[in-house]
Amino acid sequence: MNRFAPGTFTPQPGAGAPLRMLAAQSGTELRLALRNGEQVLLTLLIPIVLLVGLSTLDVVPLPEPRVAAVVPGVLALAVMSTAFTGQAIALGFDRRYGVVRRLAATALPRWLLVAGRLVAVLGVVALQVVVLCALAVALGWRPEPSGLGWALLLVLLGCAAFGSLGILLGGSLRAEITLAVANLVWFVLLLAGGIVVPLGMLPRPLAGVGAVLPSGALAEGLRTALSAGHAPSAVQVLVLVGWTVVASALALRTVKLR
Amino acid sequence: MARAGADSGAGALASLDSTAVNTPPPAVAVRGLVKRYGRTTAVDGLDLCLPSGSVLALLGPNGAGKTTTVEICEGFLRADAGEVRVLGVDPAGAPDALRARIGVMPQGGGAYPGVRAAEMLRLVAACSAHPLDVTWLMSVLGLDSCARTPYKRLSGGQQQRLALACAVVGRPELVFLDEPTAGMDPQGRRVVWELIQALRRDGVAVLLTTHLMEEAEALADEVVIVDRGRVVAQGSPVALTSTTEQQELRFRARSGMDVDGLVAALPAGYGAAEPIAGRYVVRGRIDPAVLSTITSWCAGQGALADDVQVARRSLEDVFLELTGRELRS
Repeated sequence: MNRFAPGTFTPQPGAGAPLRMLAAQSGTELRLALRNGEQVLLTLLIPIVLLVGLSTLDVVPLPEPRVAAVVPGVLALAVMSTAFTGQAIALGFDRRYGVVRRLAATALPRWLLVAGRLVAVLGVVALQVVVLCALAVALGWRPEPSGLGWALLLVLLGCAAFGSLGILLGGSLRAEITLAVANLVWFVLLLAGGIVVPLGMLPRPLAGVGAVLPSGALAEGLRTALSAGHAPSAVQVLVLVGWTVVASALALRTVKLR
Repeated sequence: MARAGADSGAGALASLDSTAVNTPPPAVAVRGLVKRYGRTTAVDGLDLCLPSGSVLALLGPNGAGKTTTVEICEGFLRADAGEVRVLGVDPAGAPDALRARIGVMPQGGGAYPGVRAAEMLRLVAACSAHPLDVTWLMSVLGLDSCARTPYKRLSGGQQQRLALACAVVGRPELVFLDEPTAGMDPQGRRVVWELIQALRRDGVAVLLTTHLMEEAEALADEVVIVDRGRVVAQGSPVALTSTTEQQELRFRARSGMDVDGLVAALPAGYGAAEPIAGRYVVRGRIDPAVLSTITSWCAGQGALADDVQVARRSLEDVFLELTGRELRS
């Protein structure tokens, strides 16, 4: 006597619809990111604390209105935290726990495996942008309307650059090393990469390096767009696109399923 | 040594290349497979054939090359030499196309630590065109009570059953199960065995690896014993265990009797041993004359042969004989 009725497992194989697979994977990863306390701390709480703290407390010398000087950096931080640090750590441990291989063993094609993660990243970033901007407006922030479209473009370019760097890091190194490197890079770029302290206030050699880092290009571009309403400079766009291209090309060679 | 069907792998691969296709091609055909890790040769010229719709158990000690072989068939590892065809396709060449047709249960499962059991199965089901009903599958595998439990808090057996559910939910033609019942309680094992029997009944081919002789004996049409990356024996469980000269007789008597004397009393070609004090084993074809020789030899030693049992060798005996009894690291 078998508890499975005859015909239950009669083969009927086939891949799911690509959009359905994408929705299922990115939906799962998005829910996991929002359920994970450390991720929420990294992606939401720290940017919120910095936004409120730097806007209201006079700990770092900033031009008035302080909130306008703080928002671009905090948005850049939000993008970096989610697309790079959070994503690299999650990917590193997902590989360790066999998740990536588990999914690769289904009909999910390789490109969807990456696309699903990036869509989840975009979902978290969208949530961060909405929460942080709403909070900033409550703190008196009034962005230049003509720069909002440029800011959106920069956020997307920033997601692409940091996202491909995150996949490169988390997909190539061991989980523990990824954890250490991702956090270290996050901390260094936060302080010295043009995010909290504008590049103009950093010592000259550091400012030069910051300008070609994705953090500096993204934060400075956002400052230009949101405060002055101007388009980002060609250099800022090229820096973000360049990091995306280089990191993606390297990732294609080095990323391992396990 | 039983080597029934030892050449079937090569034969099937040859018929795969021919154009006469009245019989379906084998689900898995492997010939001369070699895989090295640095200086270690994990798989060393292995041949394998899994006919469509049947169950093959890959049996071997740790490090025998079972998982490596399976992962090459799944397209996760590249072979260094040899030919592999899975459902007629080279897995290294077209993994995406192949994976839509197969189900995989990797060793140790694989899931997001924080994902809920049902959430994981739903995700895997969404990757298939005609998945089984997730709620039904969870319940029939005894997972409905932990449907909302995060993966990391599931017991080992629950994780294994979830991994098995993920392997079959897409209604594949061929399923790879790497140690499907490792860490399971007897009830869990029973369900898994029933499921594998149902897969076979419904025409799904199954390639499973196991350490458990009992499992291979109960489920497999064909057992392939591998050791150090090579096939050391293969055949149906019955063929591997029932060859007449491989019978044995066990009895108890006072310890320390001279087994060499017993061997001398028996016809040529028989073996005798006292593996544990007071317990004797005679290997060879056991017939009434041999039984009588043994009991009268014991009587001559002033001993009574007690608890006499004639047994076919178990698959475990075959396995240990072929792969050695020492512990592998």
